Amino acid sequence: MLQLILFYIFGAIAIISAILVITQKNIVHSAVFLAATLLSVAGVFLTLHAEFLAGVQVIVYVGGILVLFVFVIMLISMERSVHERQFSRHWMIALIASLALIGEFGYGIYKGKDSFLLPPAEAAPSPETVLGNAEAVGTALYTTYLLPFEIASILLLVAIVGAVVLAKRRTVGE
Amino acid sequence: MVSTYHYLFLAAALFTIGVIGVLTRRNIMVILMSIELMMNAVNINLIAFSDHLQHQTGQIFAIFVITVAAAEAAVGLGIVIAMFKNKETMNINEIDLMKW
Repeated sequence: MLQLILFYIFGAIAIISAILVITQKNIVHSAVFLAATLLSVAGVFLTLHAEFLAGVQVIVYVGGILVLFVFVIMLISMERSVHERQFSRHWMIALIASLALIGEFGYGIYKGKDSFLLPPAEAAPSPETVLGNAEAVGTALYTTYLLPFEIASILLLVAIVGAVVLAKRRTVGE
Repeated sequence: MVSTYHYLFLAAALFTIGVIGVLTRRNIMVILMSIELMMNAVNINLIAFSDHLQHQTGQIFAIFVITVAAAEAAVGLGIVIAMFKNKETMNINEIDLMKW
């Protein structure tokens, strides 16, 4: 019961602030509402017994990515962008595409709803109940998924180098 | 009791809001934020199925999605800064240098 109440609270906050993210004219307000969305998604992760992922969500998304967003918003001048056209002229096409997407989601979930009535996992204790969430995830990450983990670190290295190259000042010689 | 069904609807709603944001807004910062919203929706799906099947693989994949989101934000914001230095605008309609 508690899980249901928490799910509805966090889900409602997530959806309302997500709508506000894409409707605010001022991008600083959008960033603040994005923080609210990300934090409530972390709460949704908690109701799914993914405590480690909830912590990662708060630290990486809210503490890292969002701060980067706000930092860039402060770097660029905002006076002009507030007066610029905020919404696309082709909103009719966007509306049709979004309605098609909603219909597709609804149809897919409706057709697949029987598969969610499966009895939840067999009686055998899952690694999480024995070890705890962070230990189970860490063990799988460093054994079964070691190669993808290393590839992810290379991806981050490439992204750091790319960001520095893109943002650095052009010297006269170039 | 919350079923996996509930989480799928929440994720679908968040993803659709992200798509609408990308399609309708002209400000590149808001478009990047909408992409983050969509990645979050995907993460909710992955973790919901991880809980449904009592297997932690979904959570591992969610970690990789977060990694890709961080890389994407770093490169995307670098591009925004470089672009703002050149064109002094955040409106994607005015960025048409490579448009044929």
